[in-house]
Amino acid sequence: MALPEDDPATASAEAVAEAPLVEAPADTVAGEVVLRLTDVVKTFPGVRALDGVQLEVRAGEVHCLLGQNGAGKSTLIKVLAGVHQPDSGQVEWRGEPATFTNPQAAMKAGIATIYQELDLVEDLSVAENAFLGHEYRSFGFVRRGRMARHTRQILSRLGHGEIPPGRMVRSLPAAGKQIVSMARALSHEARLIIMDEPSAVLAHDEVGNLFRIIRELTAQGIAVIYISHRLEEIREIGDRVTVLKDGRTTAANLPARDTPTRDLVSRMTGRTIEYVFPDRPADDSAGADLLQVEGLTRTGEFADVSLSVRAGEIVGIAGLVGSGRSELLETIYGARLPEAGTVRMDGKALRPGVGAAVRAGMGMAPEERKSQALLLGEPIYRNVTLATFGRYARLGFTNAAKERAEADRIAETLELRPRDVDRPVRTLSGGNQQKVVVGRWLLGGTKLLLLDEPTRGVDVGARAELYQVIRALAAQGVGVLLVSSEVPEVLGLADRVLVMREGRVVREAAAGELDENTVLDLVMAGSLMEGAPA
Amino acid sequence: MSDATPTPTATPERPQLPAQSPPVDPAETAVASNKAGSGGKLSWWRGDGGDGAKRNLGLIGVLAALIVVGAVTKPDLYGDPNWVWNNVLAILQLASVVGVVTVGMTFVIIGGGIDLSVGAIVALAGVWCTTVATQSYGAGGMIFTALAVGICVGLVNGVLISYGRLVPFIATLAMLVAARGLAASISNKQTQVSSSTFINDIAARKVIGIPILVYILGAVVLAGWVVLNRTTFGRRTIAVGGNPEAARLAGINVRRHTMLLYALSGLCCGIAAIMLTSQATSAQAAMANLYELDAIAAAIIGGTLLSGGRGTIVGSLLGVIIFATITNLFAINGLSIEAQNMVKGGIIVAAVLVQQFQFKSVTRLLARNRVTTAT
Ligand SMILES: Nc1ncnc2c1ncn2[C@@H]1O[C@H](COP(=O)(O)OP(=O)(O)OP(=O)(O)O)[C@@H](O)[C@H]1O
Ligand SMILES: [Mg+2]
Repeated sequence: MALPEDDPATASAEAVAEAPLVEAPADTVAGEVVLRLTDVVKTFPGVRALDGVQLEVRAGEVHCLLGQNGAGKSTLIKVLAGVHQPDSGQVEWRGEPATFTNPQAAMKAGIATIYQELDLVEDLSVAENAFLGHEYRSFGFVRRGRMARHTRQILSRLGHGEIPPGRMVRSLPAAGKQIVSMARALSHEARLIIMDEPSAVLAHDEVGNLFRIIRELTAQGIAVIYISHRLEEIREIGDRVTVLKDGRTTAANLPARDTPTRDLVSRMTGRTIEYVFPDRPADDSAGADLLQVEGLTRTGEFADVSLSVRAGEIVGIAGLVGSGRSELLETIYGARLPEAGTVRMDGKALRPGVGAAVRAGMGMAPEERKSQALLLGEPIYRNVTLATFGRYARLGFTNAAKERAEADRIAETLELRPRDVDRPVRTLSGGNQQKVVVGRWLLGGTKLLLLDEPTRGVDVGARAELYQVIRALAAQGVGVLLVSSEVPEVLGLADRVLVMREGRVVREAAAGELDENTVLDLVMAGSLMEGAPA
Repeated sequence: MSDATPTPTATPERPQLPAQSPPVDPAETAVASNKAGSGGKLSWWRGDGGDGAKRNLGLIGVLAALIVVGAVTKPDLYGDPNWVWNNVLAILQLASVVGVVTVGMTFVIIGGGIDLSVGAIVALAGVWCTTVATQSYGAGGMIFTALAVGICVGLVNGVLISYGRLVPFIATLAMLVAARGLAASISNKQTQVSSSTFINDIAARKVIGIPILVYILGAVVLAGWVVLNRTTFGRRTIAVGGNPEAARLAGINVRRHTMLLYALSGLCCGIAAIMLTSQATSAQAAMANLYELDAIAAAIIGGTLLSGGRGTIVGSLLGVIIFATITNLFAINGLSIEAQNMVKGGIIVAAVLVQQFQFKSVTRLLARNRVTTAT
């Protein structure tokens, strides 16, 4: 379904079991400071992205970076990876001042990076991507066989021996691509591996896999810098935490396990946030059926799915990446043609196509922001109003002032940073780009919201705001169909939950009747993604 | 393509362009465009692609350099304000027909496509509107025919591309051949003289000292600017070219819009056909030869991204004017066509390089200054 199941890499998987995943350089000393940043400053036109950052990373530790969207985490790691050059400040690598003028230099020095935005070449194969820039060669020829073998080893250690090294990256789903970019980072001889929100596109069990690998790496003395907005993950895998706020280090080297959440959050945001879901309405206030889906089927994606969403109701879909949930959402939205089954809005069958769905009052925030949702070079406001600019227009003339005002309203509620709606979306941090994608459909005028991973990469504070906005819209009679990999999010926000596995709805219940473990058990049982040799 | 012997027409020597000119580096411009974002709200013109205004300044620089070259090589001519004014009008007139075609081309390229058939459509529309039968309906009939032929051929392109899923390059290449063929067969490979004084007067007449052709160019450019920057049609064009999947998921009818873009390009070709027929007081199947190259090169030099999603009408206009100025410069210096062509190729590359250079360095400089003043 999501990933190809052929070719489970039998022979090589055994060979791998012995060898360590990544060869740590021989002179690695655990506990030694490998990286120290002092007063690092990096500016972009009009923005001071880093404004005096201190960071100290030791060999063999998992050092977590925390900070709100736009705090400068990705910029910091791009400085380390040689993508950006700092304007001032010192970078000390293994005791010596270092400047990485390009990504190759950083890689040579032993810094491997998994970027927040996937940076794969879509039309190259998995193996070619994994070894891009450091192919095995002899006499000028690329040794494809050896590269494929090594790639297969790395993939099976990552729990994904089923991804064929020769497969084009374009044909992989988002989670598969994330695995490939991890494989790329692991194909180097590295002393420091930087991971920028690697878990954002991974399902629950995949994250477990990732943590196992991180533990293997650190056991060999390799240092890991780990970025995530999920505090539970940091508690589980992290050793020390450095907190960034507005490009400055506000706290360094906190113990990851026992620093109280309240402390972490207040150092990140400068205030306290009650990380709770909005209350559900006391009485059953949901209205008539808004969306009715019956027997919807697409071979290989999902089969015989029936569901309904009432006005004012939030329905959550839990399931692994690859369980067919995103495809289901896109089919309901008319972006894919169903093979069987019907979609009705307000009792009327929809004609095929996105246009009809939008006219009937649907709106969908798709899963992949960069490829499916954003015009990266265009200003924020035009991205926010991409689906609605026609509504503000008169006689075909756009109303930019109104659009800016609407976009600014959304920017305020979702804490967009920086809050300048004329800035090109490209210059926003990942989490802020996500807010633009979701914000597009919160402008009003939509009767049914289809949200696919709406909080991917969004920080704690903005996430709470987003939940409030979604609940407030439901209170106004908007129906919401929510897909998320984060089970607590589905259980906390939705009124009713559908659990999907392998393209089928296996359970439907009120959110209150389910708990996290029940859902996880349902979701995982016999999952396709699990079947890789470990 | 065209075996009819080209008869001398009033069609001026056009600059010969290399098919490709290096596009502006998108990453660099993206970074630079932050400046536009943080600049004040005063800049009402900034709708034109945001950072387009800055790029256009670079083009104006190139234009200024060309004028300096002219003044240095022919100081006597440039010393005479009367001559200079007339020369400016000559350049604008030279630019007018290709300019109109380039406006349509700019829309198509911003929308993520390419139209190789523009020259052929101009020829077909020109030939069709000068047949004896059409001319019997008078000037109105001729104009109507030219516009209708342009739109219809454009629509055929559009339908083939958006609903037939043909690659734009192939579909319009096929149309290029087919439309010239049809034009040749309609005209029987003869030059068809226009007997309508109304049509012929368009190119011959001036209003308040300015040729009517220049007014037409101005009107088309103005309309193009308004449509691109101020209407939902323009907004959809940018969305469809910038990220078709995002546009589709936002509820935009990508196919229909793509089709309309080619129809728009066809309409511009129809207008150009009337202008060109008027200039030559005749039409023939070989007219507007290689206009597609001129239009594409002008648009690209004007900052339109070949991959779609970004471009400016003003930039395209400047691109066309720069080419016309180069041709004019060579004409007044009496250089041979061969030398012209070689130097023109070089100048085109230089124009883009200069543009990129000033763009990068100026924005970097500004960024640095801003930082130092901010601290
Ligand atoms: N290329 C760029 N041009 C201009 N500004 C940029 C650029 N890249 C980042 N910025 C700005 O720098 C700041 C820091 O961005 P960064 O991507 O480092 O944030 P982040 O901490 O990674 O956030 P997130 O959690 O959302 O990923 C933001 O304000 C962002 O808008
Ligand atoms: Mg980031």
